[in-house]
Amino acid sequence: MKSAVIIFPGINRERDMARALRLISGREPAMVWHADRELPPGTDLVVIPGGFSYGDYLRCGAIAARAPIIDAVRAFAAKGGLVLAVCNGFQIACEAGLLPGVLMRNAQLRFICRDVYLRVERSDMSFTRGYNAGQVIRVPVAHGEGNYIADGETIARLEGEGRVIFRYSSPDGIVDPDWNHNGAMNAIAGIVNEPGNVLGMMPHPENHVEAAMGRTDGRGLFAGLVDHFERAA
Amino acid sequence: MASNEVARRVRGLTPHVISNEPAITPELISRHGLKPEEYQRIVALIGRTPSFTELGIFSAMWNEHCSYKSSKIHLRTLPTTGPCVIQGPGENAGVIDIGDGLAVVFKMESHNHPSYIEPYQGAATGVGGILRDVFTMGARPIACLNALSFGDPGHPKTRALVSGVVAGIGGYGNSFGVPTVGGEVRFHRRYDGNCLVNAMAVGIAQKDKIFYSAASGIGMPIVYLGSKTGRDGIHGASMASAEFGADAEEKRPTVQVGDPFSEKLLLEACLEIMARGCVIAIQDMGAAGLTCSAVEMGAKGDLGVTLDLDQVPCRETGMSAYEMMLSESQERMLMVLKPEKEQEAEAIFRKWGLDFAVVGRTTPTKRFIVRHGGAVMADLPIKELGDEAPVYDRPFTETTRKPAIDATAVKPPMSIADALEKLVGSADICSRRWVWEQYDHVILGNTVQRPGGDAAVVRVNDGPKALALTADVTPRYCEADPFEGGKQAVAEAWRNLTAVGARPLALTDNLNFGNPERAEIMGQLIGAIAGIGAAARALDFPIVSGNVSLYNETRIAGKELGNAILPTPTIGGVGLLDDFEKSMTLAFKAEGESILLLGENSGWLGQSLYLREICGREEGAPPPVDLAAERRHGDFVRALIRDGLVTAVHDVSDGGLLIALAEMAMASKIGAVLEAPPGVPAHAFWFGEDQARYVVTAADASAVAQRANAAAVPLRRLGATGGRVFAVDSERPLRVGDLLSRFEGWLPAYMAASAG
Repeated sequence: MKSAVIIFPGINRERDMARALRLISGREPAMVWHADRELPPGTDLVVIPGGFSYGDYLRCGAIAARAPIIDAVRAFAAKGGLVLAVCNGFQIACEAGLLPGVLMRNAQLRFICRDVYLRVERSDMSFTRGYNAGQVIRVPVAHGEGNYIADGETIARLEGEGRVIFRYSSPDGIVDPDWNHNGAMNAIAGIVNEPGNVLGMMPHPENHVEAAMGRTDGRGLFAGLVDHFERAA
Repeated sequence: MASNEVARRVRGLTPHVISNEPAITPELISRHGLKPEEYQRIVALIGRTPSFTELGIFSAMWNEHCSYKSSKIHLRTLPTTGPCVIQGPGENAGVIDIGDGLAVVFKMESHNHPSYIEPYQGAATGVGGILRDVFTMGARPIACLNALSFGDPGHPKTRALVSGVVAGIGGYGNSFGVPTVGGEVRFHRRYDGNCLVNAMAVGIAQKDKIFYSAASGIGMPIVYLGSKTGRDGIHGASMASAEFGADAEEKRPTVQVGDPFSEKLLLEACLEIMARGCVIAIQDMGAAGLTCSAVEMGAKGDLGVTLDLDQVPCRETGMSAYEMMLSESQERMLMVLKPEKEQEAEAIFRKWGLDFAVVGRTTPTKRFIVRHGGAVMADLPIKELGDEAPVYDRPFTETTRKPAIDATAVKPPMSIADALEKLVGSADICSRRWVWEQYDHVILGNTVQRPGGDAAVVRVNDGPKALALTADVTPRYCEADPFEGGKQAVAEAWRNLTAVGARPLALTDNLNFGNPERAEIMGQLIGAIAGIGAAARALDFPIVSGNVSLYNETRIAGKELGNAILPTPTIGGVGLLDDFEKSMTLAFKAEGESILLLGENSGWLGQSLYLREICGREEGAPPPVDLAAERRHGDFVRALIRDGLVTAVHDVSDGGLLIALAEMAMASKIGAVLEAPPGVPAHAFWFGEDQARYVVTAADASAVAQRANAAAVPLRRLGATGGRVFAVDSERPLRVGDLLSRFEGWLPAYMAASAG
């Protein structure tokens, strides 16, 4: 699996992402500068990592969504290329129109860093084939603006088309306001676009890939992707 | 050149300035925080009346914050060398060797005064400043910690200060992209008028690629990098060198505004040009901004510096030389670059969208010359600016020793179970989760032990080594006995590192005190420094960097004496683990294991939280610190961890033995059955705060007991783990879940309640 990690000024989880990709795919990802106009040839997976692009002083992700490299990412996605957008990456993907909706400030108006539980809604996607549907995984979140909001029609479509991939839940997989730390609509933690090749999610699977750093629940996502490309090859 | 000739030249070349710059009057001198005798010293040094800009430069260099004039002679007594020390105090940060060609760069610094005036920005720029100190030396920051002291929870300002300071620390560190992994928070009415924000940053560098501030070479370009200069933070360092009066809130314009985004870019750009070998010397613009950084680079390199302020990138128009020299705008650096690498360095800075300007040259004259608008605005001897700052041996009175409290004379007002419930839900013991969940503590993917344990553990690069990090002090002990309190702060940091299995290597100290012009405050400072020194020597735990924050005091109308903070010498400790997978935690691991106390238990109630929270008394002598016992017990515990004989380890500190045990239970949700020995008053046994103690659990207690016997370490079996309740002696059993609710509940409930 050849991955490309996009770097905007202010992005700060690119090293975490690169390590997870290296550990699980056995291959060093290419780090791609925001001012570039092309992705490295042969890229299988594009990753937009977390951070505070341009300081998030404007709406989160709004400036990065207009960077030159985004056109290349958009073209890549249009051809069915897989794009993983995590945290600030999710915000950027929404601002770039790759995904619907927007991430608002957390309901309690504070930045929150803690482990959360995610119910994996589908396992038949390239992103989730490493998990079982209904499985609950534990991964960290670290964001101030992760509260997913969209209009009623969009939410209905996302739900109707099975495009909600991860949902905040209790350790037993029960969706409950007590376990929805940021107040996201329908406890949405991650969604895909219509064709299912762009995944945006707030939590950080890349931070739970080593037992000594907490857990290995995040490995499934990357291992699933590696498996997907091996089968395709 | 005759002195009056210099004066003529300075004035002669600046006719337009004469009309704008105020005359030097005693009132103006006093507003610059300079005493009349200090001003006389300036006049004697330069042989004439200083210009307004020069007066500003002197006030920036000679204030307490930058010159350490009250503490210098005492700080010199501290041990600062050791086998691992590469760089001790005097640079931007301390540097220690951790093997494998790697070095750890770290320091702690206060941002107390600004944080009280403007909590969010004050705390944020405190974090920004200490991060800059670390990456200025060529290190990539890998962790931050902080130690926060707030006023009484009932004081009307406290809640807003907690909220703002915590958000500011998180806002800066989270965006910059460094995990904030540990620290401490306390509340006491003596911080009502002066909160403390001490921030510590830790970075990793290649041992042979450390960058220093001393310039070298004549005619070298001095380059300004980073953000533009604005009017923020003018006189910040001078403001932080005086006590607050009734006008504290009017000092808001002296607080800087932080931009973590620019700092992240500055970090990446600096590390990139360092890796390309472009840098001769580098100094961040922190307190006193351009003045302090330029003077330090020149003075340390025995060189003069000429600055051309017309080249300084400014955010606002019409800034005077005075304003530019004193601005504390953030995210700025000064460097001496290799001339042949200037273009390469500039290209890297432009790539990151940062300002880059050659603003001066090194000269052979040892003069500090500042030009602006074609005029010489300052012409001063560079070495004397720093070296000739006044040094005071201020009069002091030793703190009167308090009598030891006889535990048998302290009548317990409630049962052990009731006292435990009350204490776990009290402001100074309860969980700090509400605070540290606002800090990204997992970014960079190396956090082995997250906040909430004895010390944070952070893996170094891809391992196997890891650092243990902690920040500690017990101000109520320091108030009662500064010497024992100073010892205790060092010993507790050393113990916390030991409890996770690390070898303590070195420390940074952040000394927060009141007005040093008061003899009793000076006595606290001297006593604490002596205690810190004694413990650091006994434990081979050298001081490699530090910061002194004085005048943490608020004048009260109509009273001669101000309200000073508790003496708070915060100790930031760094230890090393050879293998991150072998770090030890405090949570009970399994049912049916033996719970053992290592160390003496005399039931010392003086200055304990039990005495304060349960009996309502802040009295007595603090627990004495037996440094030989600390060392013996700590080395013993570290060996137990190394040899896999224990399953959990926790240092015993605030609240005493039963609080330590409750924390171990709550972290695991496993209960315990515990029994005090007969003969000792139970409340003193369970809540006394004797030092040099650890609680450990073991599957095989006899193996530990055998070793303890051989090593002359006192050991007592307290009971066993198991079940879901916490059962002490014949007391009402407490459910671990209920204790946990109290422990986790206080701070969120306090912060959610409205003020008043």
